[in-house]
Amino acid sequence: MFLVTRGAEVSAAAQRRTLPGFGLTMGVTLTLLSIIVIIPLAGLFIKTLELSPNQFWSIISSTRTLNALKLSFGLALAAAVVNLFMGMVIVWALVRYRFPGRRIFDAIVDIPFALPTAVAGVALTALFAQNGWLGAPLAGAGIKVAFTPLGIFVAMVFIGIPFVIRTVQPVLIDLDPEIEEAAASLGASRWHTVSKVILPGLLPAMLTGFALAFARAVGEFGSVIFIAGNLPNVSEIAPLLIVIRLSEFRYADATAIAVVMLLVSFAIIFLINRLQRWSQTRGIAH
Amino acid sequence: MTIEVRNIVKRFGDFTALDNVDLKVESGELLALLGPSGSGKTTLLRIIAGLEWPDAGTISFDGEDALARGAGERNVGFVFQHYALFRHMNVFENVAFGLRVQPRSVRMNEAGIKKRVTELLDLVQLGWLANRYPSQLSGGQRQRIALARALAIEPRILLLDEPFGALDAKVRKELRQWLRSLHEEIHVTSIFVTHDQEEALEVANRVVVMDKGRIEQIGTPEEVYDRPQTAFVHSFIGESIVLPVNIEAGRVQLGDKVLDIAPNGATPGPSQLFIRRHDVILQPPGNGDLEGAVRRVRAFGPVQRADIALRTNGNETMIEIDAPRDRELKVGEVIGLKPKRYRIFASGA
Repeated sequence: MFLVTRGAEVSAAAQRRTLPGFGLTMGVTLTLLSIIVIIPLAGLFIKTLELSPNQFWSIISSTRTLNALKLSFGLALAAAVVNLFMGMVIVWALVRYRFPGRRIFDAIVDIPFALPTAVAGVALTALFAQNGWLGAPLAGAGIKVAFTPLGIFVAMVFIGIPFVIRTVQPVLIDLDPEIEEAAASLGASRWHTVSKVILPGLLPAMLTGFALAFARAVGEFGSVIFIAGNLPNVSEIAPLLIVIRLSEFRYADATAIAVVMLLVSFAIIFLINRLQRWSQTRGIAH
Repeated sequence: MTIEVRNIVKRFGDFTALDNVDLKVESGELLALLGPSGSGKTTLLRIIAGLEWPDAGTISFDGEDALARGAGERNVGFVFQHYALFRHMNVFENVAFGLRVQPRSVRMNEAGIKKRVTELLDLVQLGWLANRYPSQLSGGQRQRIALARALAIEPRILLLDEPFGALDAKVRKELRQWLRSLHEEIHVTSIFVTHDQEEALEVANRVVVMDKGRIEQIGTPEEVYDRPQTAFVHSFIGESIVLPVNIEAGRVQLGDKVLDIAPNGATPGPSQLFIRRHDVILQPPGNGDLEGAVRRVRAFGPVQRADIALRTNGNETMIEIDAPRDRELKVGEVIGLKPKRYRIFASGA
């Protein structure tokens, strides 16, 4: 939805099409979208309608729900911000420098994509537990990671990082080296070249990567629940609360929380999408 | 600003891009570096700009060592073949870029920047495009904006790398004349790289012909066209007829035939005879002339172009000539060709 789209729009007035198959592909698209996206989401809203407005309000304004939502969205945003900066540094190193093992590092970036999230969760928990390799020295310094919100944050950073890297990388590779030379010959310092020439060119891709990392972190379940500790009001994420409500057969409660998550996510991603569109049309306006 | 290039050597791995190049560029001149691709002309330009560093040699601007400075400190305007405009900035901001990134102590205020950019956009006659983005401009417009951007920093030297290479033929021609008149107006020492001989001969005051990392000849357009010093220059610039000849005892021999032309001091041994296509006189076949049968005639424009099958040593060599249209050529007719002007270079030179 928020990926870079640059194709020409199909004119409604076009009577003859050069490419055949519009009817077929459009039909398949609509059918699939309906089955896997639109109908389930509609079901979510319909299920929520079983609740009266008062019930709905009391569910979503309960302390436990609010805390879970705050935790999920707050940490996901923080993780996405960290991923954006960390991802940019990694992309820069991978694209701009040649060093031994570069291709291996490049392959490692994809691991969070491929690894079953439960495995990631177990690994991170073992690593950051109080007797773990990293957890022990951190505990010595008075920092507790596993079974705290900090642990959730770590898991969210882990699963979000490839999104920023893989969206920005191709754009940075394609960036014309001549524009840097042009900036340099016009007297720009290295800092000016990066901040005024390179980063603005990467901005749309950076926003896309940020949005993807954020969306993934909000929805992340598997890796988080192992490391979170899942204490209500402290380290319980919203998706987990939904699962708990479902296991208590309180389906309407579960869907109410789900609806709030859906709306907030949609609002945030819509905002990022607008930002991205704005930054993109400045450069590639037609 | 004079530029002095001395003994510049540049290698990329095993490939020698520049092999001991010496060049002196006079203040205010418009110089063309002309050569086929791989001749090292762009590398030389980039070394002068500071975008590339030589393996050996020196470069000085007005006697001052240029290699001691980075690209940004040389005060050189550089125009790229593919424009290299900043896509996320509009035309105004592109041109203003060089002014905005100056150190705070010397940077102009906003009003000063606006005035200067407006002047430059007027100079390139594109003031009405100030708010557009590069993607909304045609190729010719983009290149003129790139030129305005390079001129914004008041460069002491202007370097252009194949500036019209990415444009179509008609726009190229217009921009050539425009660059010529622009240079007459602002008179900044300028060097441009091109592989197009017509462009080099038409625009530049002096032309530097390069091949394989070396300078073959430096001269005015007339000099390099009329008095090429090497076989390469003769064959690269203008259309030539090239015939293998032998110089023996002060005579020029084509196969077993002695030609009625003087060797003009050419050294004895196997050589190449170069004749411009239009430098032949048509006459009835005579003793010391080139002789051949007309195979094909294309008569349009001011001259007629004919394919002639020359008889040499029992073989036939096809050549093309440009003849005036006052004498009609017929297919099959045998004619004699007398070289009006010609040059002889030793083979392998």
